[in-house]
Amino acid sequence: MLLCFIEYPIWMNISQLKYSDLRKLLDQGQLTCVDIVKYYLSQIEAHNATLHAFLEVYDTEALDKAALVDQKIKSGTAGELAGLVIGIKDLLCYEDHHSYAGSKILQSFKSTFSATAIQRLIDQDAIVIGRQNCDEFGMGSTNENSAFGPALNFKNTAHVAGGSSGGSAVAVQANMCHVSLGTDTGGSIRMPAAFCGVSGLKPTYGRVSRWGLIAYASSFDSIGPMARHLEDLALVLSHISGADGQDSTVVSSNEFLAKKPIQGKRIAYIKEMAEHPSLQADIKKAFFEKLELLKSKGYQVNAVDFPYVDALLPTYYVLTTAEASSNLSRFDGVKFGHRTKVASKDLVDMYKKTRDEAFGEEVKRRIMLGTFVLSADYYDAYYTKAQKVRRLIKDFTQGLLQDHDFLVSPTTSSTAYRLGEKTMDPLQMYLGDLFTVQANVAGLPAISIPMGEDSQSLPMGFQIMADVFQEEAMLELATELV
Amino acid sequence: MKVNKEDVIKIAHLARLELKEEKIQDMQDSINKVLDWMEALNAVDTSSVEPLVHMTPAINHFRDDQAKAMLDRQHALNLGPDTNESYFKVPQVIE
Repeated sequence: MLLCFIEYPIWMNISQLKYSDLRKLLDQGQLTCVDIVKYYLSQIEAHNATLHAFLEVYDTEALDKAALVDQKIKSGTAGELAGLVIGIKDLLCYEDHHSYAGSKILQSFKSTFSATAIQRLIDQDAIVIGRQNCDEFGMGSTNENSAFGPALNFKNTAHVAGGSSGGSAVAVQANMCHVSLGTDTGGSIRMPAAFCGVSGLKPTYGRVSRWGLIAYASSFDSIGPMARHLEDLALVLSHISGADGQDSTVVSSNEFLAKKPIQGKRIAYIKEMAEHPSLQADIKKAFFEKLELLKSKGYQVNAVDFPYVDALLPTYYVLTTAEASSNLSRFDGVKFGHRTKVASKDLVDMYKKTRDEAFGEEVKRRIMLGTFVLSADYYDAYYTKAQKVRRLIKDFTQGLLQDHDFLVSPTTSSTAYRLGEKTMDPLQMYLGDLFTVQANVAGLPAISIPMGEDSQSLPMGFQIMADVFQEEAMLELATELV
Repeated sequence: MKVNKEDVIKIAHLARLELKEEKIQDMQDSINKVLDWMEALNAVDTSSVEPLVHMTPAINHFRDDQAKAMLDRQHALNLGPDTNESYFKVPQVIE
């Protein structure tokens, strides 16, 4: 029993408290950062062997940092996030720590620098407790594509956690950390958040620097927080946002960042999605109940048509596989990571053997598809075509957000799959991203919040999408619904 | 669009992957399935649409051209699977 020296059982509520409440207790001396870290470590100790949420736990380091931050609190010099315990997805670089991207090809890799998002949290005295399991390079929707085995759903361990930020979602779900930093290329924060009954926010493309995020598809990738409390999502987002001079796509001009006034409280949902044949009945019912709740709060809720539903996923997969084939060419067995032990006849042979040995099947498939759609004969038919459709989708979606303040949908069409249910057929796996990819294709912010449980007691998620840089308004609406 | 076995081998070479003989058929089948599904894009009329390349309104950010110490040689070499005191080593390239 690690925490018996605390006089009253406040530690039982640590994960149920918002950071702002924890901070009050810390500042009043009723709780210490060491208490908090010990609590989360005890949860990891109790559950991680089964759930496999963390690939590595920085126990000693986190406790040492906690003791240091406790001193800073006493002396009044602590940062704004003192004692906030965070877990980081294995796709983010953290100086002098391993980042494997869920892949054997980076096994042994230690980063020489930290992702901006992580560094900014550390600079405010947040405490990093460990590195979280994910699908290899973020490519997957179930966490089963991790080279280190899947993270399991704490609600029911026969079911997946979702992906690719599966470990990050489960870590919050099972109270192993306060906030997780995940990444989202096509739904990888929101989908596991929905499967695990927590909240997850994918920021606008261009709000958070991608510096230190191991790239999968650079025009889609974004870093965002996952947590139990919306206030904590907002808090972490405010710290990780903004230009750092390392990612030229980060927008810093106030002209774009300004908050748009909410006009008429209008909300749209896409008819083709709400009526989609793949949508599980329980989810549909809960979704329409949420729409009724919105109406009762004075929102006008409109069903709208979206002519590109069938083109969403193909657009996403053409472009992301193309970008992945280019981004993953850096893993060549020369400068870092794995190199084959088998004798190679020349350099190209070494590249091929290294990559064949260390990449998983899904990663190879996406590299192959991406290489194909970028090859000279097919470039226009696939890659350029998808870039054109992407413009249509983006323009149409933003058009909807001119007439409406928000676009809502279920986060996923079903609750968490059984382990192995989707792994045999890659296409079935891809279809699971239907409701989430639109935000990435259009570069918009989106959030998933809990929407109750289905008849099997598995969590469901409700998604809100907003116009670019309207995270604040999006979080306000989310707060009304939980 | 369908790819055949030779196409798969050629793509694998371009992607610097070496597929084992017994894996080629599976890869061919799954690629064909996905390519079939991607045909949905052809149903969208894009005749007067420009490709979308940049996702944000951000334009070039210039910084001052100042020399800064970045990753030093020793730290970089420490990451490599096969190095000597100055270089990353690779199989012989020049005969």
